[in-house]
Amino acid sequence: MVPGYRLRFPHDEGSHPDFRLEWWYVTGWLNEASKPLGFQITFFRARPELNHDNPSAFTPRQIMIAHAALSDPFRGRLIHAQRAARQGFGLAGADRGRTGAWIYDWRLEQAGDSYHARITGRQLSMELGFAVTQPPLNQGQEGYSRKGPAPEHASYYYSLPHLKVSGTIARDGAPKAVTGSAWLDHEWSSSYMAEQAVGWDWIGINLADGGALMAFRMRDQQGGSFWAGGALRHPDGRLKVFLPDEVRFVPRREWRSARTGTTYPVSFLVRAGDREFAIEPLFDDQEHDTRASTGTIYWEGAVRALRDGKAVGLGYLELTGYWRRVEL
Amino acid sequence: MTAFARAFATGRWLPLYALVVGPFRENPGRTVLAIAAIALGVALGVAVHLVNSSALNEFELAARHLAGEADLVVRGPRAGFDEALYARLSRLPQVEAANPALELDVPLAGRQDSLKIIGFDPLRAAQVQPALLPERRGLVSDLFDADAILLSPAATEWLGLKPGDELRIHVGTRTLALNVAGVLPQGAYRQRIGVMDIASAQWRLERLGRLNRIDLRLNSGTDLEAFRRALQAMLPLGVHAATPETEGERGANLTRAYRLNLDMLALIALFTGAFLVFSSQVLALLRRRTQFALLRTIGVTRGALAAQLVAEGAVIGVAGGALGVLLGYALAYYALSLVGADLGAGYFRSIAASLHAEPQALALFFALGVLYAVLGAAAPAWEAARRAPAPALRAGDEEEGLRNLRTLSWGIAAIAAGLLLALAPAINDLPIAGYVSIALILLGAVLVMPRLAEACLDRLPLPSRAPAAIAIAQLKATPRQAAISVAAIVISVSLMVSMLIMVSSFRTSLEAWLERMLPADLYLRAARFGETAFLTPEEQARIAATPGVERAEFIRSQNLLLAPERPPVTLLAGPVEAGTVEKLLPLTGPSYVPRANEPPPVWVSEVAADFYRLRTGDRVRLPIGDTPLLYTVAGIWRDYARQNGAIAMNRGLYVQITGDRLVNDTALWLAKGTSLADAQRALRGRLPEAAIEIATTREVREISLKIFDRTFAITYALEIAAVLIGLFGVSVSFSAQALARRREFGVLRHIGMTRLEIGAMLGCEGALLAALGTAFGLAVGWVVSLILIHVVNRQSFHWSMEMQIPWLPLAGLAAIIVAAAVATAVCSGRAAMREDVIRAVREDW
Repeated sequence: MVPGYRLRFPHDEGSHPDFRLEWWYVTGWLNEASKPLGFQITFFRARPELNHDNPSAFTPRQIMIAHAALSDPFRGRLIHAQRAARQGFGLAGADRGRTGAWIYDWRLEQAGDSYHARITGRQLSMELGFAVTQPPLNQGQEGYSRKGPAPEHASYYYSLPHLKVSGTIARDGAPKAVTGSAWLDHEWSSSYMAEQAVGWDWIGINLADGGALMAFRMRDQQGGSFWAGGALRHPDGRLKVFLPDEVRFVPRREWRSARTGTTYPVSFLVRAGDREFAIEPLFDDQEHDTRASTGTIYWEGAVRALRDGKAVGLGYLELTGYWRRVEL
Repeated sequence: MTAFARAFATGRWLPLYALVVGPFRENPGRTVLAIAAIALGVALGVAVHLVNSSALNEFELAARHLAGEADLVVRGPRAGFDEALYARLSRLPQVEAANPALELDVPLAGRQDSLKIIGFDPLRAAQVQPALLPERRGLVSDLFDADAILLSPAATEWLGLKPGDELRIHVGTRTLALNVAGVLPQGAYRQRIGVMDIASAQWRLERLGRLNRIDLRLNSGTDLEAFRRALQAMLPLGVHAATPETEGERGANLTRAYRLNLDMLALIALFTGAFLVFSSQVLALLRRRTQFALLRTIGVTRGALAAQLVAEGAVIGVAGGALGVLLGYALAYYALSLVGADLGAGYFRSIAASLHAEPQALALFFALGVLYAVLGAAAPAWEAARRAPAPALRAGDEEEGLRNLRTLSWGIAAIAAGLLLALAPAINDLPIAGYVSIALILLGAVLVMPRLAEACLDRLPLPSRAPAAIAIAQLKATPRQAAISVAAIVISVSLMVSMLIMVSSFRTSLEAWLERMLPADLYLRAARFGETAFLTPEEQARIAATPGVERAEFIRSQNLLLAPERPPVTLLAGPVEAGTVEKLLPLTGPSYVPRANEPPPVWVSEVAADFYRLRTGDRVRLPIGDTPLLYTVAGIWRDYARQNGAIAMNRGLYVQITGDRLVNDTALWLAKGTSLADAQRALRGRLPEAAIEIATTREVREISLKIFDRTFAITYALEIAAVLIGLFGVSVSFSAQALARRREFGVLRHIGMTRLEIGAMLGCEGALLAALGTAFGLAVGWVVSLILIHVVNRQSFHWSMEMQIPWLPLAGLAAIIVAAAVATAVCSGRAAMREDVIRAVREDW
């Protein structure tokens, strides 16, 4: 990981198989005006450290993992699905040079100025298109996003906020048309977490005025932040990148999962530079059990950003490392 | 006075007294023997059944656990199929998840055994076989290490290994160390198994590019059977899709005939037990004839009397049945822990089973015990109840009572029907007609015995010496009573003789077969167990060039999956050629030499010919290599070694088709003057010693015969039990008869015969009866052995054998039976005379 690498598009939208870890993370709000729903579609690529050069076509040189979840306040908890597979036989993989990640018939791919995602399953199927409305937002220093005091703990990271969503979602039945707005994060790294890190808190908010806010903090064993970062892009395109001490996450309310016994701070006061937002979840139980694929349990849910009690943005909050330390 | 005694005294317990205590007190030995006979028969049936069902249950469970939540299992032969099939199946719209796998038995280093290893994709297992995943998440990524293996708890216990230890296996002739990364969850898989990542398994077990199993989970709403058929049509020949249930049933199919065989032996033991009840009941009822006549005269109805007598039999049946179930349960428990779940036959070699009790099966055997005892008592009871009371009150009426046993025509009919049934084909692959035929012939033999015995005794001249003359006169006068004893002997002798002839025929045929199959001086192979050992072309060249080795012939052993419900057939690629095949394979008929424009020849074993309905001259498409080709069946050969069938072909042709130049076995002919020991030493010096096995022809023969004896150990045990029960029957009938004749002994003593002379007379009677019984037994046994060899055995195990009569053992057996009969007769006579026989004469008045 070196600073000074200049991200190139669309080249860097594709896979970077030499890095240990990479993800394409789409989160968003649907049908906000009527019955709001949150959704998450993520494709991970992980390169296990192999101590041999096995000529078998099944050798797990790259592992693809995908998560999909739907947040419906009427349901009260996530409807989710997950898959994991080794790359090979064309059944799972990630393209280079443009976004294209798939596991069997699940896929997320780029086509010109838009993206398309397809998730199929017994309980949940999604077929969503995402139209780009704004240029990529390079996080950190021109896309080099540090995750700790040591410069090697960092990722290359850009976001695509304010994606225009349209498509269908089927839950146990006939597909229904949906529209909304989403946020895509693409991040790759070989050493994401510092030794002292147990997890992180992250928000990505599409602000109602057309602005975009990303903020995160890395937590240590004691629950304190040892690193933070973020950026605010104004509606006019001006970008404000925050230094670690300019970002603060102050928990406001906790929720305890009866399933796993894990307690998450589901509501925050987030300060970024001179601005302060209250972050309130669409509903509390957006805990995501992905033990069958990534081996972890985290909280990933739709949130509203409030200022003076008034909603000024919609986005997602991610809380990792509250169940157990995140092992990437 | 205790409550029990009071109840007894007031008569409330009278029925119990009449049914149990009375007959028991009258002749405790006979009652105990009858109960013991029924108990033994029931116990054997229960034990055999429990052990078999436990093994099968475990086998099915293992197959089920391995398939997990899969709806279909796609399976290929050991050599597997191209892994591209996995990608194709994964893409089918009906398939929700497919898990690619390699399932192999791998030879263990330093241990004469193998371990089943399954290499699969643990990521796919999350959808298809979630129970087979390690509890600790990190173990899945640990499994990506090429040397990592997870063991089931049973395997760690068996191997004495723990996480972090090394597991040493053989691949080719190399020894490989795998690292035990962890243990599967308790209960996920109860048998011994090792789990690897599919990539590691392909690489380490030298199966790159190949799979031999794919577990499929289908999308909900898929019509399973329709999809299975459609899938089967797109699978290559020799690769089959089956439901996990079918997978589990393979174990049942494999052992069905063997299990039926054991069940039949147990039933025969029970049958002889029933006959024992019958013969002892007949004689006891004869003795109590006057008592019954008195009962009739004081107003007891015929029905009540018959019911009482049948109830007596039922009580014996209940006691024997209950005892038998308990005994059988204990036997099964010990058999499972000592002999193993396969009862020594090698079908479930690595299956560890725990006792699996089925109440309904236990109840069935108990009911059978009661039924047999009741049937044994029913005929004599009916006969006793029918008699008019007045004549029965007179002495000497016993023989009259038997006059109504008009059985000759029924007996001849039963024998004729039995012989006809022996010609019937197998029903559902089982020799049911053969067994029924044997039962009918035995029954017929019993039924014709009264007339036959009478006819034979009529022709006996009267000797001059008094005891012998009286003995013969006595037998001539009471031929029907004698017939009962003779029939008991005929049954046990014929069973014993038929088994003896069959086993001896099999063993002699096996020895001749081994002679034929082992023409070389030395045999070398890469590991006796498992599927991953082989010799490379380079090693083959080294073997052939070993000093002292004149000639080396190599055999490649693979297998072919020709039907989903059957275990695979062995494919042997060796030096066989159309012109000279007779020298190598024991053909059962003439060989067919295919013409130049015909497909190349293969020779199929009798088992394979039966299973897949192949005849000499047929053409058959076989999945050898990646493109199935047509072959000509050029001959059928006898093979006692491979119970699931074998197909032999020329190795040059095999290499040409498959490109596979590896071999498993080598037959070595030594140059003149080279000793076996020198040659073995030279060979060991040229090959990795740990992974090969060299044996002389004698050693191979001995091992094979030892396996044969182990397979038949349980058969021998059951047979001995049946014979013992039969001998009990003989002794019971003698002692009952002796008791019944106390008055006669008294008269004889009155007219001046000594006890010794009476003993000699009884010995004479015993010898005559036994000789008669043994002679008929030998004849009936010979007929039964013909059916066993040519019908039951052929239909059960699908291999033929030459009949071989073991004259000497048969003669010895006959002598022992006669001697035993004489001894029992004399002993029971002594026992009968122990009381005051002179006073017994007065019993009549």
